[in-house]
Amino acid sequence: MKSYSVVLSGEAGQGLKTIETLFMKLLRQSGYYAFMTKELMSRVRGGNNTTELRISSEPVYAFTERTDLLIVLGKNGIRRLEKRLSSDTIVTGEAEHLSDTGVPCRKIPLPVEKSLEDIGGTLYANTLVSGLLCALFSCNPETAYNLISTQFAKKGADIVKNNITAFDRGMKLADTIPLHAEIKKDESVEARSKALSGTESVGIGALAGGCNFIASYPMSPGTGVLAFMASHADEYGVVAEQAEDELAALNMELGAWYAGARAMVTTSGGGFALMTEALSLAGCIESPAVIHLAERPGPATGLPTRTEQGDLNLAVYAGHGDFPRVIYAPGTLQDGIELARRAFDTADEFQVPVILLTDQYFLDSEGVIPKVDFSGNSILQHITETTADYKRYALTKSGISPRGIPGYGNGIVRVDSDEHTEEGLITEDADVRIAMTDKRMRKLKNLKDVEPELIGSRDYETLVVGWGSTYGAIREALERLGRKDIAFAHFRQVYPVPKGAKALLARAKRKILVENNVTGQFGNLLKQETLTDFDVRMLKYNGMQFSVEELVNKIGEAVKL
Amino acid sequence: MTKTRFDCDPDTDIAWCPGCGNYPLLGILKEALEELDIDPSELVISSGIGQAAKMPQYVHSNFFNGLHGRAVPVATAIKAANPALTVIAEGGDGDMYGEGGNHFIHVIRRNPDITHLVHDNMVYGLTQGQASPTSPKGMKTPVQTDGVIAEPFNPLAAAISIGAPFVARAFTGDAELTKNIIKEAVQYRGYALIDILDPCVSFNKTNTFKWYKEHTYRLPDSWDEGDRMRALEKTFEADPLPLGIFYRRADRKPSFEEQLPVYASDKSPLWTRTRSPEQLAKLMK
Repeated sequence: MKSYSVVLSGEAGQGLKTIETLFMKLLRQSGYYAFMTKELMSRVRGGNNTTELRISSEPVYAFTERTDLLIVLGKNGIRRLEKRLSSDTIVTGEAEHLSDTGVPCRKIPLPVEKSLEDIGGTLYANTLVSGLLCALFSCNPETAYNLISTQFAKKGADIVKNNITAFDRGMKLADTIPLHAEIKKDESVEARSKALSGTESVGIGALAGGCNFIASYPMSPGTGVLAFMASHADEYGVVAEQAEDELAALNMELGAWYAGARAMVTTSGGGFALMTEALSLAGCIESPAVIHLAERPGPATGLPTRTEQGDLNLAVYAGHGDFPRVIYAPGTLQDGIELARRAFDTADEFQVPVILLTDQYFLDSEGVIPKVDFSGNSILQHITETTADYKRYALTKSGISPRGIPGYGNGIVRVDSDEHTEEGLITEDADVRIAMTDKRMRKLKNLKDVEPELIGSRDYETLVVGWGSTYGAIREALERLGRKDIAFAHFRQVYPVPKGAKALLARAKRKILVENNVTGQFGNLLKQETLTDFDVRMLKYNGMQFSVEELVNKIGEAVKL
Repeated sequence: MTKTRFDCDPDTDIAWCPGCGNYPLLGILKEALEELDIDPSELVISSGIGQAAKMPQYVHSNFFNGLHGRAVPVATAIKAANPALTVIAEGGDGDMYGEGGNHFIHVIRRNPDITHLVHDNMVYGLTQGQASPTSPKGMKTPVQTDGVIAEPFNPLAAAISIGAPFVARAFTGDAELTKNIIKEAVQYRGYALIDILDPCVSFNKTNTFKWYKEHTYRLPDSWDEGDRMRALEKTFEADPLPLGIFYRRADRKPSFEEQLPVYASDKSPLWTRTRSPEQLAKLMK
């Protein structure tokens, strides 16, 4: 697979986002697949942010160290990226920004300010860079003109004109950059595909799952889902409320489900920690709940804008007392849609909280995926019309009691955070307590597990295990290694551990764990549930996702042992 | 006591102490709801934890007896998901003003059409006698052994200043007044707070039935409920304590759920609505 990696480096507030948005659209409309990841510093302006765009003829889902073209928009842009430069890397930007590295690379000065002098200067630098990229990857400028006109229409005709001029000048400067992209374009890509971010994938999946209520308190990187739902609230009939705190958010969600809505919250680790009492409430009152938990490195405030898979233990064990729960962790943008949708079905059918566990890397990544076909999508509401003798917690064989809601039927719906009778009334009767606990704990008996996906040879000797957002990097690393004796098991349902896990692990002579946290939380969970341990643990916790090269090296070393 | 559709099973084991102010309040609430001709299946009482929060256990109606302090966000969401329901949030002073204090501020700002009943006995009952946010300064308890240091919270002043459109104080010893205020509050379209003085016979030996009888008085018939600044001033009267509707906004303030775009053209509850594959297909454009 041929792919190019373009890295943009700039300060917060310099408009990297404009380039990203425009270039991603251009690439797809021109028939490429693309994947974008970001690394941000926690500030609104200044600092140094980087964005990597990978351009390919096939879907790509991973972050690579290799940099073919680095575009530096601000001071000190190179130093932080030195490890990713090689003598093949072309580095371009204003001449004064290219001096701060001793690493050999091909430096090509780009006269940004001079080219824009007459139209207002570096204000248009981002559009100029978009033009440069457009020409380098032979995209259609007409498409860009349309996009620019739409994007800046609100700002007036002069601004549109200046942006188009800046874009054209960027295209002309492309002749000075010796990058010759040779990637096959397929013009049918646009019609078949959709460009979206991880955040959007969760939002789209939630809408497909019938979500019509979201209450949340802003916390990076989970906030984007609240903003997505709010921006679709009118068209899709969603109540989107910014709660006063996370305690209110999850309690609101439970109130909404009780009254018949299909509700969710989105948060990050710290916010989820505040929700744990309400999570336990969901367990006790047997309310469906969907919780999007967007991980970032902790403990406490940690690295607020970076990535980690550090909250799996929190998700598995949060909440006092015993109650069942399900945790899904998407690895691809398709997974984001499918698992968010499925979270609503599972929560509703089994009357349990379902946690969708993502992270900053997953949410902020953008990629191009085949369009999802929703024509068969049906939103199954597991709600029953109540009769006068209705009992919310009727004891059943499956443990699942028909769920009534107030105002539908002439029964009374009582839910109680105290231990309760079948009628939902407070009780301290020991026999009822046992019956109710057993009832709750048998509810997931009929849950259909999302089994891990096995990628690679069925006759593996080495099995690499990963979950959630490490999917792309592990998959591509194994493709590059090209070894028939290594396979990859990717877990999308991390809790309960799917029934097939034990057999998959048992067949391997050597087991390698790849996780984005310091203790190997999922590895420990698998060990506890399957009594199998890993031979090698590859754990990363510097706030960054694994790169493909890093895993090629590490897995390559491990299989030599 | 009058028979109502809200009466629970007569064999129910009620967890309150003999002589508790919650007993008369239970009767008053049921009568008020009966007189308003509300169907028990169309009513939801959301409560938290505490002796007061057990109230819905003894009322034949839908209820959500959730967590300590969280009855209000739950009630707000229930009303937002199905505005056709009559929703009451009920609990004690510790539940609503202490543990749930932040929600108290923000529910007023949102103004959902719910009735907020706060049993105010100026003490913690269920946890056995510690100070509550409304306990008077100097009150000695097993925890505040040298007496309460903090200033008592003034819920009525807070509510009026944040913008609550209906703010009242009742006393369980004045059944007629309490019932009338509850009826007005439930019928009021918007957030309505009633702080209900409700003696705790076990743990508050100062603010007893007799004390409340002697230290309260009804606002006069001539009281202008529409005057916000005078109402606010009135809330600072501490002894004797005025009873009645301090403030009822004259013009109608739109409720939270009325302003939600989901109900702009379609008034149906969320659970009755569907979303078509065609709508979802647009998300792939």
